[in-house]
Amino acid sequence: MDFKFSTEEEAFRREVKGWLKEAIPPRWRELPTGFWQETEESWKISRQFQKNLGMKGWLAPAYPAEYGGAGLGHIKRLILAEELTYHDAPVSIETEITVNWVGMALQHFGSEQQKQDFIPRIAKGDIIFCLGYSEPNAGSDLASLQTRAVEQGDNYVINGQKIWCSYAHYADYCWLGAVTDPDLPKHRNMSMFVVDMKNPGITIRPLINVIGCHSFNEVFFDDVRTPKDSLVGVKNNGWFQLAMALDFERSGVQTAAANKLLLDHMVNYAKTNKRGGKLLSKDPILRNLMAEMAIEIEVARMLCYRIAWIYSKGGHSNYESSQAMIFGSELLRRISDAGMRVLGQYGQLAFGSHRAVERAMMFRSYLASLSIGVGGGTNEIQRNIIAMRGLGLPRK
Amino acid sequence: MDLGLNEEQEMLKKSAREFLSKECPKKLVRELDESDSGLSRELWKKMAELGWIGLPFPEKYGGNGGTLLDLIVLLDEMGYNIVPGPFFSTVVLAGFTLLQAGSEEQKQTYLTKICSGDMIMTFAITELDGTYLPESIETMAEAKGEQYILKGTKLFVPDANIADFLLVAARTGKSTNPADAISIFLVDAKSAGVKVTLLKTLGRDKLCEVVFENVKIPSKNLVGKLNGGWPVIRSILRKATVAKCAEMVGGAQASLDMAVSYAKERVQFGRPIGSFQAIQHYCANMVTDVDGSRFITYKAAWTESEGLPADMEVSMAKAWTSEAYKRVAVLAHQIFGAIGFTMDHDMHLYFRRAKAGELAYGDADFHREIVAAQLGL
Repeated sequence: MDFKFSTEEEAFRREVKGWLKEAIPPRWRELPTGFWQETEESWKISRQFQKNLGMKGWLAPAYPAEYGGAGLGHIKRLILAEELTYHDAPVSIETEITVNWVGMALQHFGSEQQKQDFIPRIAKGDIIFCLGYSEPNAGSDLASLQTRAVEQGDNYVINGQKIWCSYAHYADYCWLGAVTDPDLPKHRNMSMFVVDMKNPGITIRPLINVIGCHSFNEVFFDDVRTPKDSLVGVKNNGWFQLAMALDFERSGVQTAAANKLLLDHMVNYAKTNKRGGKLLSKDPILRNLMAEMAIEIEVARMLCYRIAWIYSKGGHSNYESSQAMIFGSELLRRISDAGMRVLGQYGQLAFGSHRAVERAMMFRSYLASLSIGVGGGTNEIQRNIIAMRGLGLPRK
Repeated sequence: MDLGLNEEQEMLKKSAREFLSKECPKKLVRELDESDSGLSRELWKKMAELGWIGLPFPEKYGGNGGTLLDLIVLLDEMGYNIVPGPFFSTVVLAGFTLLQAGSEEQKQTYLTKICSGDMIMTFAITELDGTYLPESIETMAEAKGEQYILKGTKLFVPDANIADFLLVAARTGKSTNPADAISIFLVDAKSAGVKVTLLKTLGRDKLCEVVFENVKIPSKNLVGKLNGGWPVIRSILRKATVAKCAEMVGGAQASLDMAVSYAKERVQFGRPIGSFQAIQHYCANMVTDVDGSRFITYKAAWTESEGLPADMEVSMAKAWTSEAYKRVAVLAHQIFGAIGFTMDHDMHLYFRRAKAGELAYGDADFHREIVAAQLGL
């Protein structure tokens, strides 16, 4: 066993930290923190930052060099993800979706032509994907999706409705699941497509999340024509490909870093603020609470590191990713709650309010944490995965 | 970064699992739990022959030259199978202390006998308030010619009932900082004035009260420097803490494995109860607790093993594992239902160890306070 990073990896971390000092525009530090881009302005900063990352080879550090990646491997990808998250850099869910979920799946299942077409553009930050997974009647029971793709000449014609499509209003392409043979049973009746969002027949309607931000959308497909070669992998084998993409989605390694950012904020606050004439850092209840959070972050970090380690050895992380996701998301809720307790009355102050603390980081995290145990499969579904795939418990 | 065991550790783990399931069946565990000694001489001898007792000690003392991390792998398996006896006291508490602070002569005399399985030893640290703080040590050792006279009461001392020798932490002077006047002594358990009383505990481990009534100790039995005992004890407590975590991780793993295999077999409403989401989610929570505890424990052990500052890591591991093992054991009991609440069933053996492990070397609150201080709070 060896829990340390190599000298070279440590040097890489220093390089990333040094670069970030210069690379994050000062204006970004005046905008609301983390999770979602709220405005045209923050979106533009974020997109430009991703292209800058792409130029350095750091947007898709683990992609192979032949597809425009830096070939840096999964441990350095972990280091980059941690530093970007901890420093609240202008990267957000759209990067995750495009680079780490869809891009990874395309590398596994795409034809050579699809790979040549998409992967280098993803690695450079030139294109953005949205996901076409959930439907109004297919949430946790995703395999019962209804959107149809019917072969017609050189095309598939798509009809149906998708929901919770983050950044569909900005996306260039949709990574879409649709039924291609309704006569086959669930799990064997669907295929995955890459659909150009400029196609006629696509209508996008915004859904505003509880933070007040437009991230989600409903996307309607009315007789949308997509070329036959936009089908990815094997026809009717889409469920397997989608499940693999979900494994990638659940393999995020940055949750511990996100939580560490929040912990440092509250520790710092506790060391410098008094209540009832006494420093908060001297309050035994808050000391115990913050120590507990630090310990849980360490557990979360190890669960994340395990994922990176599995991938670095050429393996595939499945239920291990679900463990990290459940733990990290539920920890985010506990940490946000702990942070609100430390901040006391100040915790309720929103971004832009007089006397708000640290751009209302804790306030936003407290609200945002509601979604974290839901997206990418609810924590209930993740627990099913751990039980059935990890522990071999029976389905029936 | 490499989060896997090396080949030798994998082999050790595998052979330990096989050996213990054969040589230390639950029938023996129960017998020893219910006995006054808690010791099977036969098993002890076999563990010595396998090189387990000498695993982390240098070859020149008859040891195996392994690392703390190797020992952690073994303790994980010992916790999995629940191995009663003085292994922890002799190897972790006493052996490491002698290795770290003992004179060459003491190592040749005592550590060699420990490695060969011919000597059982423990370390009497805690007193009436049951904590692991220097100010709690009130037992006095007064110099008198070529001897020290030891006087005081130690409590919650593991395996003192069968120990041939005891290491004893005692105050050897007055100091403003309570950590500055503590020394460690080797005491023959047969010395006049040593009185050992076995306590009856929830964990059914063999904790004792040891009263020293003017016990005469030869000066040469001072271990390490006079008044220099506390830094040694701190270092040993750090190792003992992470070693206890490893045992607890193993126990939690066993609780999980037992519950999962029961959930696959037990049929209610016409289907295995493991197909119900309520049970599946319990199991998912349990395996995440087990894996999290294992990683945080192994990281702490690795940090200590590398000689890096490990106070934070070790306290994090103990705070987390203490509570995680309890959560896992409670959920396992829930899955077993009523049958788990019987003496005949094995589950309570683990539930008992979870509590005993939590209390040893500082509970979660104790270690969270250390973490808070390390955070700069």
